[in-house]
Amino acid sequence: MTHITVRVDGTTYEDEVEPRLLLVHYLRDRLGLTGTPIGCDTSNCGTCTVDLDGATVKSCSVLAVQADGGEVTTVQGLAKDGEWTALQRAFHEQHGLQCGYCTPGMLMAARDLLRENPHPGSDEVRQALEGNLCRCTGYQNIVRAVLAASGPQASEEATA
Amino acid sequence: MTDQAVEHEIGRSRLRKEDARLVTGQTNWTDNIQVAGLLHLAILRSPMAHARIARIDVSPALERPGVVAAFSGADLAEGLGSLPCAWPVTEDIVLPDHPPIAVDEVRYAGDPVAVVVARDRYTAADALEAVEVDYDPLPPVLDLEAALAEGAPLVHAGKGTNRCYTWPLTTGEDFAAVRERAEVTLRRRYHQQRLIPNAMEPRAVVVTPLAAAGEYTVHSATQIPHILRIMLAVVTGIPEHKLRVIAPDVGGGFGSKLQVYGEEALALTVARRLGRPVKWTESRSEGYLATHHGRGMIQDVEIAATREGRLLGLKVDLIADMGAYLMLVTPGIPLLGAFMYPAIYKMDAYEFTCTGVFTTRTPTDAYRGAGRPEATFAIERTMDELAAELGLDPVEVRRRNWIRHEEFPYTSIAGLTYDSGHYEAATEKALALFGYDDLRAEQHVRNQRNDTVRLGIGVSTFTEMCGLAPSRVLGDLRYAAGGWEAASIRMLPTGKVEVVTGTSPHGQGHETCWSQIAADVLGVPFEDVEVVHGDTKAAPQGMDTYGSRSLVVGGEAVHRAAVKVVEKARKVAAHLLEASERDLEFSEGAFCVKGSPEARRTIQEIAFETFTSHGLPEGIEPSINAETLVDPENFSYPHGTHLCAVEVDTETGKVRIRSYVCVDDVGRVVNPMIVEGQVHGGVAQGIAQALYEEAVYDDQGNLVSGTMADYLVPSAADLPDFVTDRTETPADTNSMGVKGVGEAGTIASTPAVVNAVVDALRPLGVRDVRMPCSPHRIWQALHSARSGGAAGAGAGQSGEPGKETAA
Ligand code: FES
Ligand code: FES
Repeated sequence: MTHITVRVDGTTYEDEVEPRLLLVHYLRDRLGLTGTPIGCDTSNCGTCTVDLDGATVKSCSVLAVQADGGEVTTVQGLAKDGEWTALQRAFHEQHGLQCGYCTPGMLMAARDLLRENPHPGSDEVRQALEGNLCRCTGYQNIVRAVLAASGPQASEEATA
Repeated sequence: MTDQAVEHEIGRSRLRKEDARLVTGQTNWTDNIQVAGLLHLAILRSPMAHARIARIDVSPALERPGVVAAFSGADLAEGLGSLPCAWPVTEDIVLPDHPPIAVDEVRYAGDPVAVVVARDRYTAADALEAVEVDYDPLPPVLDLEAALAEGAPLVHAGKGTNRCYTWPLTTGEDFAAVRERAEVTLRRRYHQQRLIPNAMEPRAVVVTPLAAAGEYTVHSATQIPHILRIMLAVVTGIPEHKLRVIAPDVGGGFGSKLQVYGEEALALTVARRLGRPVKWTESRSEGYLATHHGRGMIQDVEIAATREGRLLGLKVDLIADMGAYLMLVTPGIPLLGAFMYPAIYKMDAYEFTCTGVFTTRTPTDAYRGAGRPEATFAIERTMDELAAELGLDPVEVRRRNWIRHEEFPYTSIAGLTYDSGHYEAATEKALALFGYDDLRAEQHVRNQRNDTVRLGIGVSTFTEMCGLAPSRVLGDLRYAAGGWEAASIRMLPTGKVEVVTGTSPHGQGHETCWSQIAADVLGVPFEDVEVVHGDTKAAPQGMDTYGSRSLVVGGEAVHRAAVKVVEKARKVAAHLLEASERDLEFSEGAFCVKGSPEARRTIQEIAFETFTSHGLPEGIEPSINAETLVDPENFSYPHGTHLCAVEVDTETGKVRIRSYVCVDDVGRVVNPMIVEGQVHGGVAQGIAQALYEEAVYDDQGNLVSGTMADYLVPSAADLPDFVTDRTETPADTNSMGVKGVGEAGTIASTPAVVNAVVDALRPLGVRDVRMPCSPHRIWQALHSARSGGAAGAGAGQSGEPGKETAA
């Protein structure tokens, strides 16, 4: 067992974890932060994407111990005081989700893209989301949503 | 909320109610469920396609710390029945036993052989390694035609054959006679590769027992909570009224969660034995083995036509891969297609035979479109071949054969009565949006120049049968359930509304659309409606969600229940306003006496009156709740035209979709935004079959494409933007005029794409490319055409009926 201290969505947690425990299972099973789902076991689907210290990671390919001392943002930490981010609103308004299983990962990956590139073209959005699979939408409305949320406001929110 | 908004709920792109919880991560996926004392179940699966279990010992697993129990198949066999097949399509069908866990023989790689239950998922997964199993290998059965040959190794030795059934349908004139008089005949063989459905949420089940009362709550990532409850009662012997099945948020299904899975029965049995809650969640690679696959067919198609391109007859010989066992509706899937091969065309003779075959592979069952995409593919590819043979434009050949608008209702040669449609209108609209003539001109130039990157244009026109289904028809087809759907509407004392539906959504947006329907009829604000679904205790009756039936049958039920509520409210209003019912007008949610608009009662006020019941008219019961069960009078028949332009690099074999245009006619539209989303997703899945996806087995029956890393689910970078539009010919067979949309995109897109690929390469001598049209397959097809092979019989795709050369 290893002792870790992690800040997740603004709350600090201290825990003893097995060194092999994946971050995604730590979030889901130990902290009960089930907003981040699991879609595969080969790091292909991207549903488990979270932000770890400003970098986008697939939380199924990171160990909980690697997050020791770090700061994690999940989809559950995006809205502030009940106010959705521009991206969350855009996914809703552009019908960028159906079953919603891929949505947390899509939001996190898109947030990262807009942080680096506040004005992407649609090809850039498609490239940036390559590691996030969606089986329902055909991606078109996801791309639309990311484009709709692009611009200075989005990058401010993403870096806030 | 303005009155104007209230009036026009149906037809409005309402933003979805579902989204709020989904974009904030406040979801209720089955795997999220945590209950006190929860145990985790892990399943050991056969590493071989076919073997006898010589010895199995689970006791070493029990010694691991944290392991609570371990069972072999034999340990669990008592009291655990066979998994159900609800569609025994013929009287003499071979129905093998389907134990939820193998007892003495495994029949596909992935067949469960033992389970371990432990305090957490890691411990359970680790302990599987300790289970000892000795297998005596048996020969795998993989080739569909060889499996039917005399002396072939048998999947179910006790049954004496690998032939599951033969199902014929012959209508119209004698095909052989029609072929005699035809000026042109064509024969083609197509392969429908096996597909893995890949709903993004893996399957999961959580069983919570209330041992003292003998009750069990089963949360499952399922499309069919109601059907699952009935079937789990049958399989486990737990009385139906003691079982509550809940489908919480479900992350996609596409047919793969239209199932009663062994894991559900196992989790229930283990929870019952241990008296403790149990959770099982599949890993993706486990799901690739254990969640049913789709498609898996060889189609031999023959058409007879005149030199002008008029179809005279169609003959289809189908061999369908059942896999190792029959799941809930496995044998019936090809039958859904049987009625669709004649599609939108007129002809004099139709002869269809399907032979279902057992193989030692994962069972097959419904996958988006279920039978209809396969049928549409075969006829639409063949129409292109006929066009090429006759030197006609592919669109023109279709025009010469389709049912004209003025001929509806039209009874197809397969016996279906198409109620409404306008094929010409949809096609004209699509051609214009696509810029068909310009693209043809560009194609001509490129061909003349001998460009290395060729342009191909593919068309597919289609209809499908949705709205499953009139119960009597299902009975005629030997399906063991009805096709009705239930809805009830409860007007609460405060005037808010609960809609209870028997459908069970998994991404389609039912909460939004059903709210729109109820709000529209009742004249209440959209926000005042809540939709209850997916829990057999809260929504006690239902036939669930699959086959694009939800809106056509379930939405229709909501509509009719709402109309009933208004009728009862009218009686109360008449009493309150001291007027006759005939003199009342109902609009914008209020009754008023004709000619005196000031005498007015809103439906919310009436709801409160019926709650207090202080002054109800004689003979009127308190409350204005209403319930309906709708059994549709006919299927519904959406149709459309899809057009695809591809660029094929003849040096690399790579296909790029340059443009994709579709015009769908799904009848009246409740929510255009949601319809468009459904079409996008459907088209994407159809393109995926055409270009990317295939479940590949090696010659020992191992699934080679066993992970998401090996099986190509397309990403955003692989797909283009689609241009979608629609025409609207309302259905005549339901009160809203709706037809259903969930599968249209998948049905239409696969042939449009493959037709485009073949069209690009036809000048180079290629006349078919087997799916998925990967760079390798295209390169092979080109190579074989160049070297004068069987006219481009690339990648084992013979133009004539022959042997299947790849698994
Ligand atoms: S669950 Fe992490 S990438 Fe699929
Ligand atoms: S919305 Fe269902 S997987 Fe993306």
